Amino acid sequence: MATMTEHVSKRFDSELESLRSRVMQMGGLVETQITRAIEAFVAGDMDRMEQVIGDDDQVNSLEVSIDDDCAHIIARRQPTAGDLRMVMAVSKIVTDLERIGDEAAKIARMAREIYKRDRLQMPRLTEIRTVGDIGVNMLRDVLDAFVRLDVTNATRIIREDMAVDDHFRGILRQLITYMMEDPRTISTALDIIFIAKAIERIGDHAKNIAEDVIYIVKGTDVRHIAIEQVERHALSGDA
Amino acid sequence: MKIDKESIMQSTTGTDLETQIAFRNFNFYYGKYKALRNINLDIYKRRVTAFIGPSGCGKSTLLRTINRMYELYPDQHSEGELLLDGVDILGKGTDLNALRARIGMVFQKPTPFPMSIYDNIAFGVKLHERLSRVDMDDRVEWSLRKAALWNEVADKLNQSGMSLSGGQQQRLCIARGIAVKPQVLLLDEPTSALDPISTMRIEELVSELKDEFTIVIVTHNMQQAARVSDFTAYMYLGELVEVGRTDDVFIKPTDKRTEDYITGRFG
Repeated sequence: MATMTEHVSKRFDSELESLRSRVMQMGGLVETQITRAIEAFVAGDMDRMEQVIGDDDQVNSLEVSIDDDCAHIIARRQPTAGDLRMVMAVSKIVTDLERIGDEAAKIARMAREIYKRDRLQMPRLTEIRTVGDIGVNMLRDVLDAFVRLDVTNATRIIREDMAVDDHFRGILRQLITYMMEDPRTISTALDIIFIAKAIERIGDHAKNIAEDVIYIVKGTDVRHIAIEQVERHALSGDA
Repeated sequence: MKIDKESIMQSTTGTDLETQIAFRNFNFYYGKYKALRNINLDIYKRRVTAFIGPSGCGKSTLLRTINRMYELYPDQHSEGELLLDGVDILGKGTDLNALRARIGMVFQKPTPFPMSIYDNIAFGVKLHERLSRVDMDDRVEWSLRKAALWNEVADKLNQSGMSLSGGQQQRLCIARGIAVKPQVLLLDEPTSALDPISTMRIEELVSELKDEFTIVIVTHNMQQAARVSDFTAYMYLGELVEVGRTDDVFIKPTDKRTEDYITGRFG
């Protein structure tokens, strides 16, 4: 797959290339959105929160437009084999990217709520920043695995999603403790839980994209199966 | 909308696959030129098998060995085995007329005989069977119905077969091919001279005929192979590169040469 020769039709080549690069463009935008949303939450930067919420439209329109490109390629080129798997996967990947974009906007909206509400001092949640960084890195790595068609890293990302889930449960325990100690923190703590949950969802979407990368390269659908099996399929020598 | 994959799955994944034609270590030569190299292939009963590959890859040659049509070429010979229902048909003892009654063939260009539509069908039948007028009428109607042509020609059976349109002529040839009730139908690029609507009719016909006949189709049109066949065999330079269920070959081929060809990266 990675060592594909060119199509006889150069235009088909450039259409597929442009499809891939638009996915990367969308991925880059989404990555910026999450990074900004988390930074804005940590720093209490209201302007930045508004910017993230406003820019979500761009993510949405990229999803629609890339999906439309996929439909055009299918209609005009009738892609097969690796090309078919690429187009099918891209159509799913942009859905996951759009959802990640939604999570970024959700983080920004929750942050806005928290800072608008009152001056109640919540402890600095460094944990949110840590897990946020993991989420952003997963997204960056999975986009990298997509562009390089790198199955090994895609598989690693699927495993990494479990770490994000663990972190989320850690944050939840911490916040429950606060809430029990001081019920006045409950509404803010709940908003923070939503933020943590949004980051946890980003990990899930990155994992979905990693599964799509494995499908593109190996032709095997590895959704809904145990990680050990995924690793066996993905890292086997065939195809 | 749900694609009717169920019927495809059942017909191709079941244990009811029965080999009708088998090539075993089969080689074929035009003079000294080795046109087919070590072919091992099973063609299943009442399934559609498509041969695809670039020009000159040997797919038509392979098709023509099945009814020994190749014997029309000078200086050819073959090695290995070609089994029809388990019996080698390459031997000298094979009755070619009987063989070709069991294995019908339709060519790229429609080739109706210069006679009436009725006689186009009856001609071949008369060579193999003695039927009463009534039985012959029934057979002609049966063949034309099977070939999805009856409604268009029922009231003009005495007109010349040459008066039909290209697509109708091709269906007439298919009707003629199945009139002798063969087991196998060989289609050598049957739609390459037809317009898209006639092509779709023929493809539809192929899907219907496979309930009764084993069909082997050679096509330059890969999407046609994807649409009509249960199994696809990719050939290149006289070799059988890959054969498998059509769904697998078009979604996840195992050989890079197949992938390059079907994705249009060839050459």
